[in-house]
Amino acid sequence: MRENKLLQTPSQTVGPYFAYGLTSQQYRYDHAQVADGNLIKDNNNHGECITIKGQVLDGEGNFIPDAMIEIWQANAEGNYNVCDFKGFGRQGTGTDKNGYFIFETVKPGSVNEAAPHINVIVFMRGLLSHVYTRIYFSDEAAANQKDEVLRSVDEKRRATLIAKRSEKNGVEYIFNIRMQGENETVFFDV
Amino acid sequence: MNEYQKVDRTTQLTDQRRSKANTEKITIMNKRDWSVHPPYLFPDYKSTVLRAPTKPLIPLKHTLSELTGPVYGHDMIGKYDNDLTKNAIKNGEPLGERIIVAGKVTDENGRPVRDTLIEVWQANAAGRYIHKVDQHNAPLDPNFLGAGRCLTDNEGNYKFYTIKPGAYPWGNHSNAWRPNHIHFSLFGNHITSRLVTQMYFPGDPLLQYDPVFLGVPEKGRKLLISEFKLDLTEDSFALGYEFNIVLRGKNETPFETK
Repeated sequence: MRENKLLQTPSQTVGPYFAYGLTSQQYRYDHAQVADGNLIKDNNNHGECITIKGQVLDGEGNFIPDAMIEIWQANAEGNYNVCDFKGFGRQGTGTDKNGYFIFETVKPGSVNEAAPHINVIVFMRGLLSHVYTRIYFSDEAAANQKDEVLRSVDEKRRATLIAKRSEKNGVEYIFNIRMQGENETVFFDV
Repeated sequence: MNEYQKVDRTTQLTDQRRSKANTEKITIMNKRDWSVHPPYLFPDYKSTVLRAPTKPLIPLKHTLSELTGPVYGHDMIGKYDNDLTKNAIKNGEPLGERIIVAGKVTDENGRPVRDTLIEVWQANAAGRYIHKVDQHNAPLDPNFLGAGRCLTDNEGNYKFYTIKPGAYPWGNHSNAWRPNHIHFSLFGNHITSRLVTQMYFPGDPLLQYDPVFLGVPEKGRKLLISEFKLDLTEDSFALGYEFNIVLRGKNETPFETK
């Protein structure tokens, strides 16, 4: 393989003060941000509207109040980058008193036969390089069974990637991200 | 082989067309280069201890999910968004040393990354962030917000006007001070090229004591230090610092898949 000419610029932590830089409106600063937790406003959406909610937990099981979560997903028909659905969201965990991130979006469709999923990037103070994970859906058991990426993960750890559906307050999925511990979330070498 | 394979990005091909494309050209993304990126666990930076993943990352063959990403256009950029000396003026000029920070965003082959969004945020000249949880006893500047954004141009170039940020203390260890720095966030062409980093200044004596900076393997450290440039400096106005950024790109060595 050919050597690349230039070295990648190294990553650094997003630090504790990303809030007014990257998520200003969520944190009630009065300047604009480019993306927030609502992926369905102003959009002419097809598909099922869902809420995705979760905490980011540290090695002692405490929620992390200064993490930032980004999601990237296809629309309900399984297409990325379509004009009526941006598919990108960003949420800090510092505005909910229990550290929940909350996304309002549509459930993505299947892309090229993969089980429906949402791509997740996690940043926080104390994380010098970001991590990637994926959200799959508990009500897609058959598709999940066949999914190539899920199948590449040790069966015992697969559950960490599957958000649990509840229909108590609309359609809500719970997806907690555990940085360490017995149920450490699977992070991918993306 | 765990190479990341993909058919060319953005178009979702039918199976039939895809199999044709596979025999013609396959693009492989370069992996994250862990010889320059900091590890997750770096105990001198204490917050990593309970937050660093402990299990190895699971290899993932790239699909459209990884090889697409959000696109932001000029509609997201306001007139003064790249000028932090002007974007928050209330009753005068912000205090401190006015500087220019500019550079080129490329991939590892030196190809420009065009029209990509760069977001920046930083402390003011006194080392104080406008952030509500920053309790450092240094003055806020009513005319300085410390946040901005811009898009790279057709050659991958970007330029910000700002105030040189001050150093500030933090609680990592006794007498701990962050060196002067500006936070950068970039997307590149897809989510695999996402980068959040910090730019430092040449000759800063605090760099040698800063565990955030020292978390970067030695080989990568100089890539985070901007360079003073006289030709970027504007006469009688502001010093110029160059900070070039290299995002992950494609490995373009062609190979047959069938």
